[in-house]
This record gives sequence, C-alpha cells and structure tokens, in this order.
Amino acid sequence: MTAPENETQDFAIEGHGDISVGVRGAGASGDGSASATRITPGNALRPEDIALEIRKGQVKPSDDVAEYALRIGDDGLILAQRLGHWISRAPELEEDVALGNIALDQLGHARSFLTYAGAAWDKSEDDLAYFRREHEFRSAHLFEQPNGDFAVTIARQFIVSYYQFELYKRLTGSTDATIAAIAAKALKEVDYHRDHSAQWVLRLAGGTEESRRRIVQAFKLVWPYVEELFEDDELTARLAESGAGVQPSSLRADFDQLTGAILSEAGLDEELNLERIPQSLGGGRQGKHSEHLGYLLAEMQVLAREHPGASW
Amino acid sequence: MTTSPANEANEPHETPWSLWEVFVRSSRGLSHVHAGSLHAPDAAMALRNARDLYTRRNEGVSIWVVPADAISSSDPDSKGSFFESPQGKDYRHATYYTKSEGVKHL
Repeated sequence: MTAPENETQDFAIEGHGDISVGVRGAGASGDGSASATRITPGNALRPEDIALEIRKGQVKPSDDVAEYALRIGDDGLILAQRLGHWISRAPELEEDVALGNIALDQLGHARSFLTYAGAAWDKSEDDLAYFRREHEFRSAHLFEQPNGDFAVTIARQFIVSYYQFELYKRLTGSTDATIAAIAAKALKEVDYHRDHSAQWVLRLAGGTEESRRRIVQAFKLVWPYVEELFEDDELTARLAESGAGVQPSSLRADFDQLTGAILSEAGLDEELNLERIPQSLGGGRQGKHSEHLGYLLAEMQVLAREHPGASW
Repeated sequence: MTTSPANEANEPHETPWSLWEVFVRSSRGLSHVHAGSLHAPDAAMALRNARDLYTRRNEGVSIWVVPADAISSSDPDSKGSFFESPQGKDYRHATYYTKSEGVKHL
C-alpha cells in the first residue's frame, strides 16, 4: 500500500488535484477559516494509486488473486449500476443521496478491485467494465437482481452489506497486500451500508401494514440468491490455503447470526421462515447469469462501446 | 396482485417527514456550525441523512440534528430594537480603554 508521505509527489498528476475546490491540507488541522462546508479530498487508497503501483511494477496479482478480485469487483460494479438507477427516483431527496452514496462506494470498491485484477492481463478497469461480454462477468446473481420497489432494494442491500462486511473484515488480513488495503478501505464504508439497510428493514417492518407487506415480499424475492454468495469452489479453496482469500462458506455463520438478530428485532423471522425459501442455482462465478444482466450491461456499456476511448 | 376493499380503506396517508436543522463540527476544538436542513422521519434517520448530505466531502467529525420547530428565532422585523442598541457603545470593547502604565500581561 502506498504510504501517504510518498503520495505528495504524484498528487498533481494522479488526480487529488482534480477536485476543483479541493484544498489539500488546508483546514485539516482546525485553522481559523475552517467551516462546516470545508472540503478536503482526504487521504484514502484510490484506484489511481493502485494503477500507479501497477505501472511502476510494484504490484502484480497472481492469476488466482486476479480472478478473485474480478469476482469481488464485478459484484460491486453490477450493484453500483443497479443502485445508480435510484438517483432522482427515491421516495425522498435524502434517500436519493443515501442510495447514490452507497452506489458510489460500491463503484469505488469495484474500480480498485478491477484495476488490480486487470494488472494480471494488462487490462484497465475500463477494459474490464465496458468491453467484457455477459459470460465473462463473475458477479453473483443477487447483485444483478432488479431494484423492484424501495423494499426490494433495501432487502437486497441488507444481504449484500452483511455479506460484504464479513468478507472485507477477513480480507484485511489477506497475504496479498493490495487486496488487504482495498478491503480495509471498503470495510468502513460497508459498515455504514449495513447500518443504513438495517435501519430501513426495522422501519419498513414496523411501519404501516403496507410497508411491512412489502418488506416481507422483498425478502422472499431476494433470499433465494443468498446461498450462492457462500459457495466454495476450487479457486477459493486455493486462495484460502495461501491466505490471500477466504472460503465463502466460512462467512456464513456470522452472516446468519447478525442478519438473524436484525430480522428478529424487526419481528420478521417467523413470518419469513428463511430456511424454507428454496435457493436458486447460482452460477454467476462461472459466468452463468440470469436474464437481467444482459440488459444491465447493455445500458452500462453502450456509451463506451459507441465512442471507444471517449473521455469527459 | 389483488387489492381487497379493506386495503383501499387503508390508503397510505401522506405524512411528510419533519424538518431538522443540521449542525456539523469540522474538527476537534471548533464549535458545531449550522450546515443546513433536511427531512427525516425520526432522529436516528436524521443523523444518517445528515451524514449523507452534509459530510460527504470530509466536512465533519461530529453532527447534531435538532427538530426545526424546537428552535426559537429572533424576529427579523425587530432587528432595530434587538441589534442596533450595541452600536456606538465602544466602551463595551476592550480596545476602548487605554492601557495603564505598568500593567503586565495585557
């Protein structure tokens, strides 16, 4: 991981300076002009930092790690595209921004993971996001599920956030330093996503009859895609062996316990009876997707494919 | 999906979210400063909405939210009687006084 001290030199070229109102350093230590609207870019790991390390030849993932990063990155990318659709459509302006923030967090994680994965095949994050075909995506089915109503989006986000939290928490200890660094950055953001979706699960369940009916229906719609998140395969077995990754099944107990606590607080556990909800076949990690992904990709990729190399 | 007559009687009534005022402290040692307002159904969600709306560019380390109707404000029309009285009373400022000979630490 890049030490903050070393960034100073690359700052101008690498993009912190692109924040037009950014005043790097200014105001950070409580000077007199600091105000509630002070803006600083902060010093977190960004995809640009990873790309720079790749260019300098400082990091390169093994093939296994790249494939693993591709899976995790695709999860975030597809979910970000889904969540972005809420912008200007959420029930309230405040929720519009909240979902937009979560989408951008997910996109940020995806950019880091895809940038790193791409180093194994000499591809950029954009090559991977815009110029792969449906069967080349490695995201799980849950992430491509349609937004539905607000309750469906919240139910999907609830599952995703609790899964991602357990995953990133363990990946902060990855033997691959870049994976560990991306996970550490993502972990705090996903922690907030957990809180956001849990708050809404509680409110929808305890709100009106209508909101409760909708959140119950929502969980019944998205729960069939839970099992796939926790499926082990040869790749995850090798990565768990080397310490670079984890077996997805090892996250399940904590996921069940924490989601179970919220669902029970919301008084939904008995009504949902989750153990009895049949599970879908999955296959996303092998590139087998539901009918939804094709449409999503068409919309996400059309501009980049229509105008290759365009920038704005 | 079928809608039973009972459901129709149960029309969702539009209760708008209440208004909250947001105060953000930008760093340790400074005071909370009014940043703006927002709508939220309750205090817990108001805090989260404030975090999403007013600290997304690294602006704060602490947030207060206050129900807007809990704030009493001065009447803009009585600006004269409220705020003009101190004008011209420069003896209320330390700079009005001349420093006495031999007094230290001033």
